[in-house]
Amino acid sequence: MSIDWKSYDPSPFYDELIAAPGKPRPVARRLTEYLSSLGDQELQARKQAADHAILEMGISFTVYSEGENIDRAWPFDIVPRVIPKREWEEVQAGLVQRLTALNLFIDDVYNDQRIFRDKVMPKYVLNKSRNFREQCRGIKPPHGVWAHICGSDLVRDRDGTLYVLEDNLRVPSGVSYMLENREVTKRVFPEIFENSSILPVDEYPTQLFDMLAAISPRPQDYPEIAVLTPGIFNSAYFEHSFLAQRMGAELVEGADLVVGDDDCVYMRTIEGLERVDVIYRRIDDDFMDPEEFNPDSLLGVPGLMRAWRNGKVGLANAPGAGVADDKVIYAYVPAMIKYYLDQDPIIPNVPTYLCVNEKDRAYVLDHLDELVVKPANESGGYGMLVGPHASKKQRAEFASLIKKDPRNYIAQPTLSLSVAPTLCDDSLEPRHLDLRPFVLQGVRTDVTAGGLTRVAMRKGSLVVNSSQGGGSKDTWIVDEED
Amino acid sequence: MLSRVAERVYWLARYIERAENTARMVMSFHLVSLDMPRSVPLTWKNLVAVTGNDDVFEEHYQREDERNCVKFLLADHYNSSSVVSSLKAARENVRTTRDLVPSEAWEIVNELHLFARDNIDSGLGKRGRYQFLTEVVQRCQTLTGLLAGCMSHDPAYDFIRLGRNLERADMASRQIDVGAFRLLKRPEDESAGPYEGLLWTSILRSQSGFQMYRQHVKRRINGVDVVRFLLQDIPFPRAVAHSLDYVRGAIERLPRNEVPLRLAMQTRRHVLKAEVEQLIKEDRLHAFIDTLQLEIAGVHDALADNWFALDKAA
Repeated sequence: MSIDWKSYDPSPFYDELIAAPGKPRPVARRLTEYLSSLGDQELQARKQAADHAILEMGISFTVYSEGENIDRAWPFDIVPRVIPKREWEEVQAGLVQRLTALNLFIDDVYNDQRIFRDKVMPKYVLNKSRNFREQCRGIKPPHGVWAHICGSDLVRDRDGTLYVLEDNLRVPSGVSYMLENREVTKRVFPEIFENSSILPVDEYPTQLFDMLAAISPRPQDYPEIAVLTPGIFNSAYFEHSFLAQRMGAELVEGADLVVGDDDCVYMRTIEGLERVDVIYRRIDDDFMDPEEFNPDSLLGVPGLMRAWRNGKVGLANAPGAGVADDKVIYAYVPAMIKYYLDQDPIIPNVPTYLCVNEKDRAYVLDHLDELVVKPANESGGYGMLVGPHASKKQRAEFASLIKKDPRNYIAQPTLSLSVAPTLCDDSLEPRHLDLRPFVLQGVRTDVTAGGLTRVAMRKGSLVVNSSQGGGSKDTWIVDEED
Repeated sequence: MLSRVAERVYWLARYIERAENTARMVMSFHLVSLDMPRSVPLTWKNLVAVTGNDDVFEEHYQREDERNCVKFLLADHYNSSSVVSSLKAARENVRTTRDLVPSEAWEIVNELHLFARDNIDSGLGKRGRYQFLTEVVQRCQTLTGLLAGCMSHDPAYDFIRLGRNLERADMASRQIDVGAFRLLKRPEDESAGPYEGLLWTSILRSQSGFQMYRQHVKRRINGVDVVRFLLQDIPFPRAVAHSLDYVRGAIERLPRNEVPLRLAMQTRRHVLKAEVEQLIKEDRLHAFIDTLQLEIAGVHDALADNWFALDKAA
């Protein structure tokens, strides 16, 4: 037996590959035909090959369980998600536009604050913004860029429209899995790469290196670049180590670095101290420099802020860049794009109600059973209320939370995330997914070809996080004209 | 190379070597215990003394019997030198340096750690002990072979070589000490007399040295020659002098090496110059080994201070 697309029915959701039972989207035709040509047994064999490759390549992520951290094999579904190149070009332009505006905003917030003076955005949003850093006022990083690496989460609603769900401007992770997913897929389905034109994704480490080199305080051919990790216990340690290796950069922990009296950053090596020019830090602001932020942090480097402020080291992302992660600020991104660039946003935001506004709040409290309520400054899906799935008691709890601290909550309509065929046990079933492309901004701006597609492996689930039973797929940007 | 990374690969090698040596020691003692008549008391506690962790043992156990001693040496987590603890520590060190060593190294250490943890019960009982310990030793050697054959002989490898050989020199000297204590110091203890050869053989065996001794020394097994062999025989890879030779070689290739190099060469010289027969006759062997161990610890301190010390400011 082989796959019968006629019996695959994604309704009522938008499916990335299949328009209707038996009718693949044009961009996915080759893939779906290829998959049905394989037959069940062969498909299972490919799945096993993928699982084996993942173990062999050591692709893992770390979860905490019973006080121990465990390395788990990366969960991966072999059926790729496909996006037409024409659509992707539009998305790319939208992501470049968005990050450009966000960087202009961050630079403005820490310098002139024109956007508040011109009343485009109320200044109160800064007051309770957890990621606004007073210490960064007046600093002008190279090229005016604060958020060099951005991972924006995109979701597709029932009608096929793509929305930006959130921007991650602090230490977005996942890009190594995007690269590894492609490696695995090439091993598992080599035939299909021969006769389709799927855009490659492996330029990312080079682009990341170039971007980091461009913020080096010492213009030279061989800047010393280091990836700063909180260490092996961090859930993204695999990625830190992966990126350091791919860039030929040094993977360092806080204790490896020291800031000298000359404000330069050095790493402790067996040769003695060696100067570091650029740090790709994967540690949150709070833990980065115990002299200026959390004094108890053992992960950071005392004096790092001083070195950065005095232009002796490049930091990506810049401290304070996370100010724009705030979901209240997210709601103003379309206004920012208009204000700084005088353009209309190419990719829309999900409509967002700000509980701090009286009218919005009244609406939210009235419609808690339809809306998703999120705290403004959390990431990773923590502290959320999904109205339609919540109990009466949970909704009442959130109502009082919102009334107590309206600034800290926003609400959005519950989207019907799109689905794609996913290999479950022995058949293909529709599962919900999202997409995290990565954008690099330095002198130039680059967007990955596709990104990391995360998929909720459990039927009906909207939770795509790998720590909570989420999986992932390779993402293909396919040139149909070829 | 980052100091922290150097320190981790160094400890990786030390812990693997420690696990292997401890396993060898228990195995050879296990075998000799099967040969001994019941009238000759065998003190398993001596093996605990080799590791230098007697005080920890005494905190946890009242009876110094085989069961407790073997459990302490192989399984106990509060003994930081037990086989299980050493392998766990080795695993942690390789986990954080996976990008530096061949990926198979991680797999070997990880699987070895799991193997020891899951099969420790058979190591504790008499019946499965031989097989368990043989497997631990063999897997440790697989790792050593893999690193020698597949890893670039770069500074990282020099730190591995350093850790392995310093640990080996340390363990070998402890073995000599305990052997000497048991066999040389008590002429009045007649009961062991006829079995002296057997016991020295077991000490040689624990270092895989029995056959090599036979080939190279060509004399009947006797205390003086065995001590000389294990201490000074440069061609024998588990002899103290040989290990210190390798320590010196590794240090020589590393940058900024003055202090550790001087100490390593000094220690090696002392070992080679020792008059073993004299030391035994004058009952000074134990004192000599004591000093030697302090010197080995001194080499460790010097290299840690030189290459790993993180508290030095810019």
